[in-house]
Amino acid sequence: MRDFLIKLSKIERRYIYLALFLALTLPLIFPPNFPQKMSPTVKSVFEFIDTLPPGSHVLLSADYDASVLPEVDPMYRAVLKHCILRGVIPIGMTLYPQGAVLALDAFKEAEEYLGARRDTDYVFLGYQAGFQAVILGIGENIKNVFPKDYFGTPIDSIPAMRGVNNYKDIALVISFSGSSVPVTWVIYAYSKYHQKVAAAVTAVSAADFYPYIQTGQFVGMLAGMKGAAEYEYAVRKIMKDEGIEKLPPAKAVKGMDANSIGHLLIMLFIIIGNLGYFAAKRRK
Amino acid sequence: MIWIYLIITLLGNAPPRVFDVPNDGGNALRVEWQLPPDSLGKVDSMLILRKTLPEGKVDTVAKAFTNHPEFVDEGVNYKKAYRYSILYFIGPVQIQSKWSSPAKPIASWIDTRKIPLFILMILYTTILLVYIFTARKGRELYLRPIAGLEAVDEAVGRATEMGRPIVYIPGLSTISDVATIAALNILAHITKKAGEYETKIIVPVRNPVVYTIAREVVKEAYYTIGRPDLFDPGQVYFATDSQFGYAAHVSALMAREKSATNFFMGMFWAESLILAETGASTGAIQVAGTDAVTQLPFFVVTCDYTLIGEELYAASAYLSKEPLLTASIKGQDQMKLLIMVAMILLSLLSVFGVNITLGLF
Amino acid sequence: MLQRRIPLVIVFITGVLMSIQYFIPHPVSQSAYNIALTWFRGVASMAYAIAVISFVRHHSRRLKQPQNSFYSAVALAAFLFMCIVGFGFGIGEGTIFAKMYLNVQVPLQATTFSLLAFYMASAAYRAFRVKGLEATLLLITAFIVMFGVTTIGNYIPFIPKLTEWLMAVPNLASKRGILIGVGLGMISTSLKIILGIERNWLGG
Repeated sequence: MRDFLIKLSKIERRYIYLALFLALTLPLIFPPNFPQKMSPTVKSVFEFIDTLPPGSHVLLSADYDASVLPEVDPMYRAVLKHCILRGVIPIGMTLYPQGAVLALDAFKEAEEYLGARRDTDYVFLGYQAGFQAVILGIGENIKNVFPKDYFGTPIDSIPAMRGVNNYKDIALVISFSGSSVPVTWVIYAYSKYHQKVAAAVTAVSAADFYPYIQTGQFVGMLAGMKGAAEYEYAVRKIMKDEGIEKLPPAKAVKGMDANSIGHLLIMLFIIIGNLGYFAAKRRK
Repeated sequence: MIWIYLIITLLGNAPPRVFDVPNDGGNALRVEWQLPPDSLGKVDSMLILRKTLPEGKVDTVAKAFTNHPEFVDEGVNYKKAYRYSILYFIGPVQIQSKWSSPAKPIASWIDTRKIPLFILMILYTTILLVYIFTARKGRELYLRPIAGLEAVDEAVGRATEMGRPIVYIPGLSTISDVATIAALNILAHITKKAGEYETKIIVPVRNPVVYTIAREVVKEAYYTIGRPDLFDPGQVYFATDSQFGYAAHVSALMAREKSATNFFMGMFWAESLILAETGASTGAIQVAGTDAVTQLPFFVVTCDYTLIGEELYAASAYLSKEPLLTASIKGQDQMKLLIMVAMILLSLLSVFGVNITLGLF
Repeated sequence: MLQRRIPLVIVFITGVLMSIQYFIPHPVSQSAYNIALTWFRGVASMAYAIAVISFVRHHSRRLKQPQNSFYSAVALAAFLFMCIVGFGFGIGEGTIFAKMYLNVQVPLQATTFSLLAFYMASAAYRAFRVKGLEATLLLITAFIVMFGVTTIGNYIPFIPKLTEWLMAVPNLASKRGILIGVGLGMISTSLKIILGIERNWLGG
């Protein structure tokens, strides 16, 4: 046994690489779909939207570009679908010029899988330049900032926007971002208008936002691939419960499964390495 | 009724007020205006108009939303004066305010916000100079042993014994990065040492400017030890400026040349582990040094010795044992002590609610 | 001697001027800074020409070495091909150059980047050995953080909070400590070069 452990601890690099390759690729080909338990910060956002009365409005700001797409885009898609499933009206907008095209694709997906209708079940306002001016402008009157939606329809003639004038009529703002834009929302929308704000950010930038959760300035936060997978999993569960047969691809869950198995394999290797190390030490 | 009242009030409203933005190069003016209290939500939008003097040319500089009655115009020149006016849109009606009195942006000669930084810079420079002059007088200064630098002789010696080359990577950054300069300083020492044993040193470089300097450094180092004949123009070369292309090249170089010793000094990013792990797999002795905090763990696990952060900057002084250079390290330590004391004091004060750093930095 | 002194004098004058320039926002100081930047760009672009010559010479020499000839031939052929299509047909969107860049170079770079996952596994495997108290603490911390980023982590009650704390407090504190030292080291190295005390960049 001791010899076996020592031998195992001196395993060649190529076998480790092979094992890791399999651990990362197999879950992508044959997704195990591990159940995802929500972390507290994700749960706060999920429950907030889940308990909103139908007809409420949630502003989803796609403040990201293609560089952070793999992490942030699944979050946008999942939250958007959650809103539509619960009868909450998502208002899509972006402070990034590239964000409009990316977010629009998410709305198209919601149309395809949930039969969401533009201007009735959702609104897409598109891009408006000027970070703080836009955030402050919505606080007074959203129509001043976005007189027309992305498709050129005047806001006044959109049924889903009836009665929406400013933050008072918006239950929650979620900023999806790979940078510090969510903080700009806190500074101008939360501090000045007491608007409830949540963040959906990349894993790398998440550490910078934790203090805002502790102080209650963010309702909650979706962080990295893990946050995306947790939310996506919960939304897919609702879709299944509602009898929707055709489900969109579970990009985040799949990615997170591969990620988790990869990490666990590395941990297993570390344990094996240590057992071998101890066995060799005892022999000496 | 309210509309008529609003239009009348806006017509009689005071012109915007214009202020200079301090501490700039005279390229910004701040425009402020006041709205009647009842106007919130009634004014659809506003345009800020600017008249350049003496030409009298009028430009629209920005669109504003009513709840933010302030705008900073960064498109002005300190040689000219400007007047501003606001154009209000209320439904189909447009009302223009009176023009403000002329204002000229001031180009500042000193940025007052940077004064605390300037004082600190002077303080630190003084401390360093004091130690350097002390060293000039011939006082010996003690430097604690740094394992990574003590190992340089051993690493070069090993390459000599094995008859294999040394690979030296001066980081992947540009010459503007101080870490790259530190890496080039260390390169000079190692080349001299390797030259004494006639051991080959290979320096693949990623940045063109760094390449030209690294080439001169190696050439001069051989010249200094009286062995200009050892310089081979092919030993320092430009590999590629693609980050991962460079990582692939260096990995292949270490695997094919079977280098006995690898040095990774300077600035590294995501490629650090690819380089160091390949080097470790060839069985080479590896010494790394970087100030890239996120890459340090990778070097620590894959290299035999790692210079952490400031040790990279201390390396040149340490290797040369020149009194003037070692003196600066002493000065650096004193400054660190000062910072530590200041941090503890300020933290204690903030516990008691006294926040004296506010606005200083 | 003069060959040494001239660069040292240039470095001293520009170093002092550029340090003062940082505190002066006036357009006169800004234009001096822009001049310095333009000069730097000019020198850098010339360095590119020298670097390309070095690249071609290096690989041409290696063509004669049997163990390296194949790789160097590929490098030179790729270089020549990209030069021909780049200079001959332009580098804009839709050109052969752009297509080669997007479909060959970008995937190759991504492949090399993704090797990191494998190297991280083998490095962790060798590094995390319980050799003493410090190594044990490091191992425990690594396990907690790794659990924290997996799906299973959420099923263990204290893991998410502890991971968050480890990243936001001890990790950030040590990073800041290193960064303060790095900052001071940078200033001191710059000062030594400006004053001409450090001359190793001139070859020693």
